[in-house]
Amino acid sequence: MDAPAPLLEVKDLDVGFDTPEGEVHAVNRLNFSIKPGETLALVGESGSGKTQTAMAILGLLAENGHMRGQALFKGQDLLKMTTPELNRYRGSEIAMIFQDPMTSLNPYLRIGKQMVEVVMHHQGRAKAEARARAVEMLRAVRIPDPERCFRQYPHEFSGGMRQRVMVAMGLLCAPDLLIADEPTAALDVTVQVQITHLMSELRKRSNTAIILITHDLGVVAGLCDRVMVMYAGEAVECGSVEQVYYDPKHPYTQGLLNSVPRLDRPEDMDLVAIAGNPPNLLALPEGCKFRDRCPRAFEACREKPPMQLTEDRHAYRCFLGDPK
Amino acid sequence: MNDRVLRVQDLGVDFKLREGGLLRHRTEILRAVNGVSFDLNAGETLGIVGESGCGKSTLARALLALIKPSRGRVLWLGEDLNKLDDEALRKKREDLQIVFQDPLAALNPRLTVRDIIAEPLWTFFPKIARVQVDERVRGMMKMVGLLPNQINRYPHEFSAGQCQRIGIARALVLNPKLVICDEPVSALDVSIQAQIINLLKDLQKKLNLSLIFIAHDLSVVKHISDRVMVMYLGKTMELADRANIYKRPLHPYTSAMIKAVPVPDPKLARAASDTGLTGDMPSPLEPPPGCVFHSRCPYSVERCELEVPPLRRMENGDWSACHRAEELDLTIGSEAQANKP
Repeated sequence: MDAPAPLLEVKDLDVGFDTPEGEVHAVNRLNFSIKPGETLALVGESGSGKTQTAMAILGLLAENGHMRGQALFKGQDLLKMTTPELNRYRGSEIAMIFQDPMTSLNPYLRIGKQMVEVVMHHQGRAKAEARARAVEMLRAVRIPDPERCFRQYPHEFSGGMRQRVMVAMGLLCAPDLLIADEPTAALDVTVQVQITHLMSELRKRSNTAIILITHDLGVVAGLCDRVMVMYAGEAVECGSVEQVYYDPKHPYTQGLLNSVPRLDRPEDMDLVAIAGNPPNLLALPEGCKFRDRCPRAFEACREKPPMQLTEDRHAYRCFLGDPK
Repeated sequence: MNDRVLRVQDLGVDFKLREGGLLRHRTEILRAVNGVSFDLNAGETLGIVGESGCGKSTLARALLALIKPSRGRVLWLGEDLNKLDDEALRKKREDLQIVFQDPLAALNPRLTVRDIIAEPLWTFFPKIARVQVDERVRGMMKMVGLLPNQINRYPHEFSAGQCQRIGIARALVLNPKLVICDEPVSALDVSIQAQIINLLKDLQKKLNLSLIFIAHDLSVVKHISDRVMVMYLGKTMELADRANIYKRPLHPYTSAMIKAVPVPDPKLARAASDTGLTGDMPSPLEPPPGCVFHSRCPYSVERCELEVPPLRRMENGDWSACHRAEELDLTIGSEAQANKP
């Protein structure tokens, strides 16, 4: 059986930052791939490297950042490209939605102008055509009265409406890959549901592959096919959502799932927290990076556990469950 | 257990906003909190939940007399806080404390942990001996799960979760009777949220505190509250026992808020029904007439657009501000919810 060729294949990605306190390893030898039309979640807490992974892929690292490895998009290595080369992909074939819808729209320009610009620039279409496409996208994200929205400024919208505009802009050029970095984290819960439903609907219609970056395990469960859990810059577990949620192998994944307050469980059930503090990227422990917070750590964890792969392609980085 | 400490009666807070230019300005009134009433018992935890702009943080500040209410009363042990003079109110503050959302912003970066936690002690007992202060501060640090030997460190040397522990220690150092936690875990990572919720729960039991826990969704307060109050555009929509509200909410907004919380279970999440809500929250400057929620409510009928529903006591003792509370079956997990008009 031949699996379809991956749309994006990230190989041995390293991202580091030079800081006055020393070098910070934000992402460490990360490997993953995503197929056309697939939805992959990068899940982790602050400092796990999930956002920097996306930034590296799009060539958006901060000045003091550097990276190694490969990110093959349709066979071309994005990490080796110059900015003009990358610009052919950004916005048209790969789009990104950022967390804060307020700061990612230009406050001085009308929504319409910002959208038309994208289409004209990337697809070289005439203004009228670009306008029609933009209105069509605004309608697709269910913005009431898109013609009116077209003439408005970002500040005239609520957070939820602005994020809809961002989703519409992300999908304007029908990209093959959409990277959404915490697209609902800044929104109220009732609005978050609307945006998640919208994304899952649009994805079915357009066959866009989505990399969803989030800390919210709830959002992932309803929207994604596969999930990669990250801790301190490394992938610790990767599999289908069913594998990871129903049979988590890594103690960190288990801990994360147990610490989410859930409405579908009895209210007197206690939350089980993960002990300790988030990792300090400047002073990571040797061996398994989760070792000092892990309830099941033992002698072997002083050495770095390799990624193990089960027969049904469920990967995890832990000595527990090692067949040997 | 009917030991009432706090009584809030028809509380309202208005903000005056100036709109327009220098010459043609007009003043608009934003009713941030509008007619909120509830009681709180000693040792009880009340969860207050609502989305941005519902007035929950303004309510918290009004309860502590940090903002002067425009209407209504806040009675602390029978005394109206807003009738007290400054000195008498200052003395009452020993009993009333607050923990803020952003743990780092709430701590003075130039003070050591010792000075941060000790500040309330110095304020209320200026003559207290330094040895005594140190002992008390170390005791508090241990109680909230910090290492007492880190007493000379500064906030930036701690993680966000630890900073929140410092904030909690500072709030508890005077042995208050009521602590208001304004979104104390919203800025924290999931694995740390659970630590702080469990800590607050333990401390509440150990010290018999009355706790008001404010959050923006219903999942966080579930594990800590005895009762839960849901707010929307400055008003109480529902106030109910924890045992009831998550099973059979008495207000369509509560039911939508419950359905909006994503469940970390792929099968359940994919099968989850929509919240049924339409549109966005209206501007608090122009709340809809009648029931403030009617413009988004899937069960709205004509009456809801015309008449303001009062907060009414239901048969089971819970409170709801919905005209149709009795006839709607909003039981969670049943699809008997299809009895729309």
